[in-house]
Amino acid sequence: MEKLTPQEIVDSFKKTLGDGFVDGKIYEREVAVKKNRYRRIWLYVKREAFRDAVQHLSKIQEYPHLVIISSSDLGDEVELIYHFTIYYGYHLEEISVGLRVTLSKKDLKIPTITDLIQGAIFPERETQEMMGVEVTDIPDGRRLFLAGDIAEGVYPWRKDETGPEKYLRVLPGRKPKGKE
Amino acid sequence: MAVNETEKTTYTIPIGPIHPALKEPVQLVLEIDGEQVVNTDVRVGQVHRSIEWLGMNRNNPVQSIYLSERICGICNICHPFCLVLAVEQAADIKVPDRAEYIRVIAAEMERIHSHILWAGVAAHEIGFDTVFYLTWRVREEIMDMIEYVFGNRVTKAILQIGGVRRDITEEQLPRLRQGLDYYKSIFEQLRRVFLEDETVKMRCRNVGILSTEDALKLLTVGPTVRASGVPKDVRQDQPYSAYADLDVKAITPDIVTGTVVGDVYDRIIVRLLEVKQSVEIIEECIAKMPEGPLLTETKMPRLLKLLTDAEGEGVGRVEAPRGEDIHYVRMESGVSTLSTWKVRAPTYINLVAIPTILKGMQIADVPIAFASIDPCMSCTNRAIITDKATGSKSAIGYEEMHRLSVQKTKELLR
Repeated sequence: MEKLTPQEIVDSFKKTLGDGFVDGKIYEREVAVKKNRYRRIWLYVKREAFRDAVQHLSKIQEYPHLVIISSSDLGDEVELIYHFTIYYGYHLEEISVGLRVTLSKKDLKIPTITDLIQGAIFPERETQEMMGVEVTDIPDGRRLFLAGDIAEGVYPWRKDETGPEKYLRVLPGRKPKGKE
Repeated sequence: MAVNETEKTTYTIPIGPIHPALKEPVQLVLEIDGEQVVNTDVRVGQVHRSIEWLGMNRNNPVQSIYLSERICGICNICHPFCLVLAVEQAADIKVPDRAEYIRVIAAEMERIHSHILWAGVAAHEIGFDTVFYLTWRVREEIMDMIEYVFGNRVTKAILQIGGVRRDITEEQLPRLRQGLDYYKSIFEQLRRVFLEDETVKMRCRNVGILSTEDALKLLTVGPTVRASGVPKDVRQDQPYSAYADLDVKAITPDIVTGTVVGDVYDRIIVRLLEVKQSVEIIEECIAKMPEGPLLTETKMPRLLKLLTDAEGEGVGRVEAPRGEDIHYVRMESGVSTLSTWKVRAPTYINLVAIPTILKGMQIADVPIAFASIDPCMSCTNRAIITDKATGSKSAIGYEEMHRLSVQKTKELLR
């Protein structure tokens, strides 16, 4: 298949997803002496369109490489970014794609993509235990890294009351965070 | 149900969490049918140390560089490298050209020592201890070079946001070249030991096969995916730093053998050739290295102020010895720590492929097949490994597994 330019990729997402598409940005950076370009696309989609977006990406590149799911606590919302790479295997042609979804803290659910990308299981399990985002229909929902002595409902990456504060040991001479 | 589908009882062998096949904590729960592995469950997290949490709550980004250096003893260039790349993107900091080349030299020296270390471990896993001693002696040369150039054998503390902290001077180059010449002279011997030896072939050919399709589906990275015939290498695909000036080509095993099997033997080929490639990259870097400053911002208080004010996000991608390493960083203005820091080490994603690699293997082949992805648990768990962690309760210990592996080699030699 013909390789698309970053702008064409953003446009094709816009066309396919319709209302589910929120924003698409292209980031470029010149690298080292020869000034070759480092290219990255940021896509921002609604949750309803998220699975369609991954499916559309699989059409652009057979086996898109899911690198990781990163998540940030933004206060009332949780932002998930699915980092993909496409067009790998060729010199200077790879493009990174960051697929961004924000979820309200009242309804932290995201559909699984393990049926589309088999290897997504570890990142999904990690997001589930660390951020408290429920991955619906996940084939294996066990914890990945956290040990059994950490209670249910404690999510280490959160910055609100469900964070791991109560597990912190405050060393002598140090003040606990937020307490003067 | 057809007659040949009658249910057979399988039994489960937990290996680990301590010393499964490498000396790092991970638990493999093998479902065994006779001598064959039917299914594997990988359980990680025994030594999770919450390094990302520290970077998000306690440290400023400059302190996080040194913390990320301690994610893993072997990959102590690629983790800070990734972090500084991400922070530079987020805060929009340019890096001087000379610093880009020094970073690449450091990263390639790390790759040489890591691959040779792995070759020794792999030889040990199949009970070939003479080769283990040979390769680790060969590795000492690169460790001495690293100490000579960067002042320390392990944690080099060379990277800084916006450049590097120390220069490689003109006087240091002869010693560097001498070391590189040594590796070029010894390469042929290593090649014969690993690729032409019948025992190594018998133990590694058709063991731990990962097909091209599975490798892509299971998102494997680094030498593991390249040995399955996919020319995927960040240095080639989306070059960062000075790699953008050097035309690095991903190495796949068909360069040597003409075919891709995707087994342990192919992974040996890839790693061995990458050592040679790294030597060439360092030579090219030394020849091309431009003159100039090392740091964009030399005053630490100003750098910290700049980082506190920065707003944005960045992704650093580095081809570590084991595969692609990635750090995602989000920075908010007025927050002195990183507001999000996500680390994905290569072993994290390579472990997903372990059940497929081990399927159908004999128990005696598990150590070498598992070691063939060069698993680095400290990277995956982001934690320090201590010797305290002994007292394994597993039904089959590492020593027993190792004994089985050695025994198999001996039987083959008969």
